[in-house]
Amino acid sequence: MEEALKSQDHAHAPAEGFLRKYVFSLDHKVIGKQYYALALAAVFIGMVLSWLMRFHLVWPNAKIPGLELIAKTGAPGGIITPEYYLSLLTMHGTLMVFFVLTNAPFAGFGNYFLPIQIGAEDMAFPRFNMMSFWTTFVAFVVLVTAFFIPDGPPISGWTAYAPLSAIGKDAGPGLGWGQNLWVISIAIFCIGQLLGSLNFIATTLDLRAKGMTLMRMPISTWAWFITSSIGLLAFAVLLPACLLLLLDRMAGTSFFIPSGLVVSDRLQNHAGGSPLLWQHLFWFFGHPEVYIAILPAVGIVSHVLTNSLRKPLLSAKVIIYSMMSIGFLSWMVWGHHMFVSGMNPFSSLLFSFPTLTITIPATIITLIWLGSLYGANIQITTASFFALGFISMFVSGGVSGFFLAQPSIDIYLHATYFVVGHFHMVMGVAAIFAIFSGTYFWFPKMTGRMMNETLGMLHFWITFVGTYCIFMPFHYLGLVGNVRRYASFVDDFMPALMPVHKFITIAALTTGAAQFIFFFNLIHSRFRGKQATANPWRGTSLEWSIPSPPPWNNFGGDHPVVYHDAHQYGVKGSTGDFVMQTSPEQILNE
Amino acid sequence: MGKLFGVILAIIALASAYPIVTHMYVQPVDISTHGHAIDEQLADTMAEAGLSFVLAQLLLAFCVWKFSNRKEGAKVYHLRGGARLMVAAAFILVGTEVLALGVLGQKAWAEVYFTAPKPDALQVQAQAGQFAFYFRYPGQDGKFGPLHPDKIDEGNQNYFGLDPANDLESRDDIVTAEMAIPVNREIHLLMHAKDVGHSFYVRELRIQQDFVPGLDLSLHFTATQTGHFEILCTQLCGLGHYNMKAYLNVLSQEDFDKWLKQKASEQ
Repeated sequence: MEEALKSQDHAHAPAEGFLRKYVFSLDHKVIGKQYYALALAAVFIGMVLSWLMRFHLVWPNAKIPGLELIAKTGAPGGIITPEYYLSLLTMHGTLMVFFVLTNAPFAGFGNYFLPIQIGAEDMAFPRFNMMSFWTTFVAFVVLVTAFFIPDGPPISGWTAYAPLSAIGKDAGPGLGWGQNLWVISIAIFCIGQLLGSLNFIATTLDLRAKGMTLMRMPISTWAWFITSSIGLLAFAVLLPACLLLLLDRMAGTSFFIPSGLVVSDRLQNHAGGSPLLWQHLFWFFGHPEVYIAILPAVGIVSHVLTNSLRKPLLSAKVIIYSMMSIGFLSWMVWGHHMFVSGMNPFSSLLFSFPTLTITIPATIITLIWLGSLYGANIQITTASFFALGFISMFVSGGVSGFFLAQPSIDIYLHATYFVVGHFHMVMGVAAIFAIFSGTYFWFPKMTGRMMNETLGMLHFWITFVGTYCIFMPFHYLGLVGNVRRYASFVDDFMPALMPVHKFITIAALTTGAAQFIFFFNLIHSRFRGKQATANPWRGTSLEWSIPSPPPWNNFGGDHPVVYHDAHQYGVKGSTGDFVMQTSPEQILNE
Repeated sequence: MGKLFGVILAIIALASAYPIVTHMYVQPVDISTHGHAIDEQLADTMAEAGLSFVLAQLLLAFCVWKFSNRKEGAKVYHLRGGARLMVAAAFILVGTEVLALGVLGQKAWAEVYFTAPKPDALQVQAQAGQFAFYFRYPGQDGKFGPLHPDKIDEGNQNYFGLDPANDLESRDDIVTAEMAIPVNREIHLLMHAKDVGHSFYVRELRIQQDFVPGLDLSLHFTATQTGHFEILCTQLCGLGHYNMKAYLNVLSQEDFDKWLKQKASEQ
């Protein structure tokens, strides 16, 4: 412990000059905000892409003004072509999964709050940390560049299944340089995440303040810690997979391309590769990625809820162990994305069982939340509403997983809108609700100002109801067999489903428009919001023991000492119904 | 505001369940011998998952209704049984559900994938390519001629890359753009992809199977009703993916024989 304390002596001096302070900063707080800002940019683009897709699906011949300026070949005259629809779909998925769902809840909030919550002055490796953000930023720029090249963005989906993604421009528009940029971007992204994950692990294990035992860490810190362990392994598999794909595309290798393929009337000069190998590598990363998005969300929501309920959750320990079990099981389930892929049908059963089993820890977490609400004194804030909304989404998206985990049902529902409804709810929207919850909760700490609660509530209600209006009907479409990733519904049974699609599109446009309330609130409150005190939510964890916003070295050069875990609510403390982690007072019922 | 949350959430939960309970959106009629097992499994899962969904949402709605913004300083209390009760409930409720579904699901899956086609099943070959399906019947000799990818020439309608000049078995092969099968006879579908990944999805047959380049996959099924059905591609295959489809005609044996004869004469 003595050594740990010494190593806490700050790794870098206070930043001087604009570049060092705000651009190439070593400060984990600035880096956290940079990740968050990048995620905001990505979510904005991703959202606009989804509008374009929804618009095109229900009004395929309506002109979208201005679109042809960006996409001359993709949307001539402002009308989206089928291939540009697939480009939008690919870029939407890639931006949302990598640059939003990984960046905001994990890299963004994690960077900002993990060191503070364990009482450290910065991350273990500040330079790695800066590098991880700027690597991610380069990945983002490379990806978005695909919109502006003549070839256009790739059309192979965010899963980039080979050989469609591997063959090159013969396979279709966007599959030349567009796909190259995609693969390069994702490979660079992996490097950024590996650096970040390593940093999170080292920081959590080595830089905890005196008295901060592992079990005294807040659940959010635990979630980031577990997630970084998953990220370290998952991105370490995706990176080589991307390199192999790049070699297939540029160096004439055949890792993912078998012999005898005739594409665009040309016999391809490849032999010996396996398209299933890409699927295995991709999903070996891809399924744990779902938990990279959702576990930080679980952590943030648990952290916000503990504070909002004014009493500890029934058991923080059980939630932590459940998160670990989910993390562990996440490595055994990737094949459930491949039930109809042609892999050995016996392995489908092997993958199905752990997939169903993951429901148990997920249900434990949900029941702990629900059971904890009983007897609580729930403080109504936008943050707590988004946290409660998260529980609702998590349940809705979770139960549809029951269907898809069973290979026999997946035969019918695979590749339908049922799947789209499922993953948007459980992974997409749920994680985004957690991001909102975290934003409304931590904004005062990050900026020193409060967000506007009236606007916040308006934002919550439209988003909550709107989200259900968008994603619940997706399940109904799937039950009828409406296939996903279609640019247009030309099949005989699909026109009858058009009213449902129209309803979804209108809901999506409305809910999307409501996000501008959030953007406005974010910017307005940053400059005009009410001044925040150090501890506006009467919280117990270390971030509330320092000024808002925190000084450059977090604790002003002091080494905080921790006496309790972060869950001391509903007790008789000198400060009211809670006792801070740094308060040496005895807690009677501890 | 907490009460409003409770009410709205309860409305959302019940409204979401309504189209399911009233069967507004359901799968089309099943025309296969194995589909009933899948449909039953789907119905069982819907009952269990649907119940879990509604109960959990209503519980959440109730708790937020009841325990929001109580008086300043109101005493908080804990659920008796605490976390242990929750863990036990999750293991018992969900564990049983998981086991039940896992075991039952195995049966439905096994019916499709763990049985071999009967020796007298009618073999039909399906080839998927950007953005069309083609089908091949073995002709009178009952044998498919070998494929030569280098001989594929769509301009001359040699979709499969056959070489009848050199391959005896290819000469009587019948290639079609639509698929016809006799009713109540087992079909052994031999699948291969020409270029990239595709999929074979017939909703009414409760069948979905990817075409994987480089892999020869097969499926077997029996259609129990005559009719005209759509075969859709469900694996993203490029710009024309949305438009990649073919028709499946399930005919009486007599009509099928006539159809095949006619197609043979058109080759």
